[in-house]
Formats: sequence, structure tokens, C-alpha cells
Amino acid sequence: MSKVAMTVNGKSVSGDAKGNTLLVEFLREDLRLTGTHVGCDTSQCGACVVHVNGKAVKACTMFAAEADGAEVTTIEGMANADGSLNVIQQAFQDHHGLQCGFCTPGMVMSAAALLKENPKPTEAEVRDYLEGNICRCTGYHNIVKAIMAASGQDVGAIAAE
Amino acid sequence: MYAFDFERPTTLADAVAALSKDEAQALGGGQTLIPTLKQRLASPSALVSLTGIADMKGICTSDDGALCIGGGTTHATVAREAADSFPALSDLAGNIGDPAVRNRGTIGGSLANNDPAACYPSAALATAATLVTNSRSIGADDYFQGMFTTALEEGEIVTEVRFPIPEKAAYMKFEQPASRFAMVGVFMAKYTDGVRVAVTGASEEGVFRWTEAETALSANFSGDSLSGVSLSGEGMITDLHGSGDYRAHLVGVMTRRAVAAAR
Ligand SMILES: Cc1cc2nc3c(=O)[nH]c(=O)nc-3n(C[C@H](O)[C@H](O)[C@H](O)COP(=O)(O)OP(=O)(O)OC[C@H]3O[C@@H](n4cnc5c(N)ncnc54)[C@H](O)[C@@H]3O)c2cc1C
Ligand code: FES
Ligand code: FES
Repeated sequence: MSKVAMTVNGKSVSGDAKGNTLLVEFLREDLRLTGTHVGCDTSQCGACVVHVNGKAVKACTMFAAEADGAEVTTIEGMANADGSLNVIQQAFQDHHGLQCGFCTPGMVMSAAALLKENPKPTEAEVRDYLEGNICRCTGYHNIVKAIMAASGQDVGAIAAE
Repeated sequence: MYAFDFERPTTLADAVAALSKDEAQALGGGQTLIPTLKQRLASPSALVSLTGIADMKGICTSDDGALCIGGGTTHATVAREAADSFPALSDLAGNIGDPAVRNRGTIGGSLANNDPAACYPSAALATAATLVTNSRSIGADDYFQGMFTTALEEGEIVTEVRFPIPEKAAYMKFEQPASRFAMVGVFMAKYTDGVRVAVTGASEEGVFRWTEAETALSANFSGDSLSGVSLSGEGMITDLHGSGDYRAHLVGVMTRRAVAAAR
């Protein structure tokens, strides 16, 4: 066991982690931040995406000890200060970008990372960026639409197919 | 995962010392090693993370025109920072896996692992890159020794990779859509003194140079010069995604596309 300390959603936290404790285990089991999901545990599905020092990473494929000293943001840190949904979350609701919701935390975290890098992505760029995020329910169209809408672009022309 | 100790040194010297212990193993971005540990296919006594070593990160151009990339540099950084100096390499890095994988995975980890379907080995071989380690420099022609096998000794760390920048180059990847690795990937690099072509994803021996195509393209740099050149399916990987003959054919197609796309 060794001590790890990091800032999660703006709060300083610390805890004991074994060498092989994954970041996602630390977040979910030690900090009880269960919004970050584990879909596959094999680096494929993206349900576990969080931001570490501003960059999207798969929390199931990073050790907690690697995040020592880092700034971590999870889905719990995404809402506006008054508790209302942020613009991406609201767009997912408005455009039916979720059904069961299991993939949604990872989708929102990936979308936020994309819009930070590329504030007005094309539809193709959105699809490309979501390559590592799998959704079993929606068929992706409404997720893409929600992200385009969150970027302030007109989504009237995007077919629901 | 089996239990192991975890260390995160901040200097190369400390990492080398930590890796000299029995059964200690280096950890780069973990994008290959962590899944391997989860499957209990590796059981190191200690993991020595290289991510805290600032000297192993970053990109620069050397006086002799080579692009030098620190072994701990992520795919995302290469995609971004090599875009002007070596666009084909930037393209390659920018199409590895997905954005989250690219934010962690490193060039040193990819080259040390030498997966037969990984992208970077083809770039290193096609450019005759030099792999610099904590103890020596190794030319790419000597470095790759068959799938998952390299010239690296136990505990040796890839600290830097030096790519001679070609006049023109392209990487063409035919993606295996489930894994996002290369079904077949071809890196073609044209220099004043000739063309080199390296192929990943296809051969049971791992990355290899397609010398017949190199000769043809060095004589006449056009896709047409490849019309008489073909590769046999013998020794090519056959799996549920495609036969050896199919992969051999794809190598030709991807090489022609690389010639057409070279910049
Ligand atoms: C979903 C997914 C998709 C992927 N798609 C692709 C793809 O399309 N193309 C592709 O090429 N790769 C792909 N990868 C693999 C990815 O590029 C890995 O990042 C890379 O293979 C390993 O780099 P790493 O830094 O993560 O190394 P690690 O996983 O940390 O380590 C891999 C091996 O290298 C050793 N090692 C690490 N760093 C060094 C070093 N500097 N010196 C010596 N030894 C070292 C480790 O001990 C270990 O044996 C994918 C991975 C995932 C999870
Ligand atoms: S749980 Fe991490 S990628 Fe699926
Ligand atoms: S909404 Fe169910 S997995 Fe995406």
C-alpha cells in the first residue's frame, strides 16, 4: 500500500492504494464516485473515461498511483455550479442521446474533451473521436446529434436515420 | 492482476536501477501492459513507471534533419507536434486506437512491445530509424526480430527514437475495425537515395521490409511500377479476419495507395 493524493472534481483527496489498484477502482470504491462506469474492463468500451490533467483517459487502463498529484475530473464534476446539467449533458437529454445510460458518463467525458480541442467539430470528426466509446442502445446517431448541438451547431439537417 | 510493487522514478538513472531488480518491468502508458496484467499473462514483482521521467518526453529536430522523439512521448503528442515536420508519422500516431488510448500510450512502449499489428514498427523500419536506449543505439534493421521480439535486453529502456525525415512518405492502414489495430499497414518513405517500404499486420514474422517494392519504386516512383510486383501469401497471418493470401493482396493495394498519398 502507498498513499496517493490527487484533486478530484476540485477537491483534494487521498487514500491508500496497492500497486495494482486501477484509477477506476480508486474512484468508485474508495471515493464512492460511481458515476464512472466499468463496461468492459479491457480498454475497449470507454464507459470509464475520465479526464486526468485535462486529457481523456480510460480509468480502467491506468493505475491510481499514476494519477498521484493529478487533477482528475469525473462525470460527477460536470454539472454546473448550481447543480443544473451542463450544456453537453443537457443536449444529451434534449436529443435523446441516451437510453439505458450506461455508456453516457464516458460519452459525456469524451465529448467534453473533444469540444475543448475542437469547439466546432464536423459530424465526421465527432464520430471519429468517439471511436473508443461503445453504446449498445442508441445506434450513436442521437449521441452525435447531441454533441453537435452542444457545440452550438444547427442539427436540424442531421437525420435520425 | 497479481500483486506487484509500484515505483515512479523521476530520472532515467533511478529507473534503470529499479529495473535491475529481479522480475521488475517497465510501465509506459500501460495501454498494452495493463490489459496483459489483467489477464495474468505477466507477473512482474515490480512495475517501474516511466511516466514521471520528464527527459523521456517531447519532440525536437536534430541538426542532421532527424525527428527525435522521447520514448515516453504519447501518441497524441506525436500526432500534434509532428504534423508539420513529418506529416506521415503524425497521421500514423493520430490513428492509433482512439483518443483515450493516444493520451496514454507511448512510442517507446509500442516499439518495445513490437506487436505484429502495431503501427509504429513500420514507421521505424521504413525510415531506418535509430532506437536510443539507456545503454546504446540500435538501427531499426537490427532492432525488430520477429513478432513481440526485439533486440532489447532485460531492463533496457527505449529513451528516444530518431527518424530521418523523408522527402515524402505515407502510412496506409487497413484497419481491423474491432481492435482498431492494422489488418495490414504499409509505411512508405522516399529519400533522395531510394524508397523503403515496411509492412505491419501481415506477416507471421512481424514487421518486414518489402524489398521488391522498394527496388521498383526506387527505379520509378509511381504506383504503375508495382504492377509486376506481388507478394506471396506464404508466411502471412491467417485468422478469422482474413487469409494469408488476402493480406498479401492488401499489402500491394496499401503500398499503391501510400505512393499516391505520399507528401
Ligand atoms: C483499444 C486499443 C487500441 C489500440 N490500437 C492500436 C493501433 O491501432 N495501433 C497500434 O500500434 N497500437 C494500438 N494499441 C496499442 C497502443 O498503441 C499501446 O499504447 C502501445 O502498444 C504500448 O505502449 P504503452 O506506452 O501503452 O506501453 P505499455 O503498455 O506500458 O508497455 C508495453 C510493453 O513495453 C514495455 N515498455 C514500455 N515503455 C518502454 C520503454 N520506453 N522502453 C522499454 N520498454 C518499454 C513494457 O514493459 C511492456 O512490456 C491499442 C491499444 C488499445 C487499448
Ligand atoms: S471499462 Fe474501461 S474501456 Fe471499458
Ligand atoms: S445508452 Fe445504453 S449503452 Fe449507450
